[in-house]
Amino acid sequence: MKQIYFHSVTLDKDKCRGCTNCIKYCPTEAIRVRNGKAVIIKERCIDCGECIRICPYHAKKAVTDPFDSIRDYEYKIALPAPSLYGQFGPDYTRERILKGLLGLGFDQIFEVARAAEIVTMATQKYLQNPDVKKPVISSACPAVVRLIQVRFPNLIDRLIKIKSPMEVAAILAKNEAMEKGIPADKIGAFFISPCAAKVTSVKAPYENSRSDVNGVLAIKDIYVPLLDQMKKQKTAADTHFDLSGSIGVSWAGTGGESTALDKGRYIAVHGIKNVNAILEQTVRESLKDIDFIEALACPEGCLGGPLVAENPFVAKANLRNEAERASAGIGQAPLDDDQQYIWESNVEYRPILKLDDDMVKALVKMQRIDELTDELPGLDCGACGAPSCRALAEDIVRDNAVLTQCIIKLREKVDELESE
Amino acid sequence: MGQMIIRDFDIPANDFSVAGEASSTVRKLLSQLGVAPDRIKRTAIAMYEAEINAVIHGRGGKAHVEISGDKIIIEISDEGPGIEDLELAMQEGYSTATDSIREMGFGAGMGLPNIKKHADELVIKSEKDKGTVVTITVNF
Repeated sequence: MKQIYFHSVTLDKDKCRGCTNCIKYCPTEAIRVRNGKAVIIKERCIDCGECIRICPYHAKKAVTDPFDSIRDYEYKIALPAPSLYGQFGPDYTRERILKGLLGLGFDQIFEVARAAEIVTMATQKYLQNPDVKKPVISSACPAVVRLIQVRFPNLIDRLIKIKSPMEVAAILAKNEAMEKGIPADKIGAFFISPCAAKVTSVKAPYENSRSDVNGVLAIKDIYVPLLDQMKKQKTAADTHFDLSGSIGVSWAGTGGESTALDKGRYIAVHGIKNVNAILEQTVRESLKDIDFIEALACPEGCLGGPLVAENPFVAKANLRNEAERASAGIGQAPLDDDQQYIWESNVEYRPILKLDDDMVKALVKMQRIDELTDELPGLDCGACGAPSCRALAEDIVRDNAVLTQCIIKLREKVDELESE
Repeated sequence: MGQMIIRDFDIPANDFSVAGEASSTVRKLLSQLGVAPDRIKRTAIAMYEAEINAVIHGRGGKAHVEISGDKIIIEISDEGPGIEDLELAMQEGYSTATDSIREMGFGAGMGLPNIKKHADELVIKSEKDKGTVVTITVNF
């Protein structure tokens, strides 16, 4: 079966100037510049959003659902990510934000922060099992899960196979709505997201065959209308919401998920390059005495996601504020049968690096890559459109590039012709 | 005589920050060649342990790697003090590492036993005051 790769991260061709910023920063070397425009190699992209952050021309974007898509459903549920609370200053309390969402046209709100507390409890239980191999790796960040899927097959069994807070929130919110007598097909659950990879994990999920989330809205797209709604509010908070405690709120930032576990030694690593380094250590078993790895692809965790509106450091202060206002620990968390939150399917190793299915052929190709790399100038300038000289050599051997794409080699050739 | 990929690495003395780079590079090469993940993992663990040994005990050294169609051979050599009692060194928990090394989380006496556990073949040649050559083979 041919695999279809959906990706949220895409290119706006008109804005792309064909510079080399994104190819240099992509952690999986998934971007090339060809014919003056960036091209994303679909099989390699993990939707981490690094290129969105780095592109000076804003040519990389994350495809999310337009706000109007909520009107496709009669009963609209908002699933705000906890990072949403970090987007607004201290005047805009969580109650005001949630009320503002109702003002935007949602019928029901279910905080993803509440679901995060359920995931926390399920994780605590999971870690108590003495048979579980440590360190256990959080699966909350979909870009990290994808990174493990393509680069660290030996760590797939270290991932906690508990659904993400977003998925758990969607299940619980829909159950609540159905209990009110609303038919399932009339209900639409929309995640309000700081994250491009979450869009991908909704459209092409790995933990179950079909996501319970119906659409994903970018925080930055609803920021202004939501602020307008809040400014119109006459009283601060006159609507009741079931709120998460400080634990759920804190999940948005780095360290939030791990401190909530309250037991064992953990590390909270953020930024995709840092995550990669820690996973390298884990795979060669040189990471000692660590029980849990919280790994988030974005700097400062979800607060630094590519779809947020506020600077992540400011957002951190805002979030801290909200966490202090919240009831300490876990709020109301209806954990009934935690079996329903276990992944229904698994991630499979996707060997994106493999040169050939036949190992002997792969060896020949690698030898050729070695020779070409020696021949290339070693500047890693990116002018050829590949992130490094070795990457160009690989592209040549894979028949995706030619040697004269290297401007130094091209000049040598021109000089040669002239001297003839 | 089939195809062979050769790599050489320097292992600097007393520098833990660089240790592991060579095994990471080898791990990537093996992934590109399509070697089974389990074999790659064994290689990465064994090679890293040997690298660390060269850093701790051998005053640094060199790694020479040969990858062919059916196996990888890793030769880690140093010009350090040599291993005085090889039989003792192979025992779990035995270590001659200094206290300061142990404080850094190394020197638990698991290095050589761990290499042995993950390698298909392990040959150690050591001479007092001359150095040590550890040769690790992992079959694919």
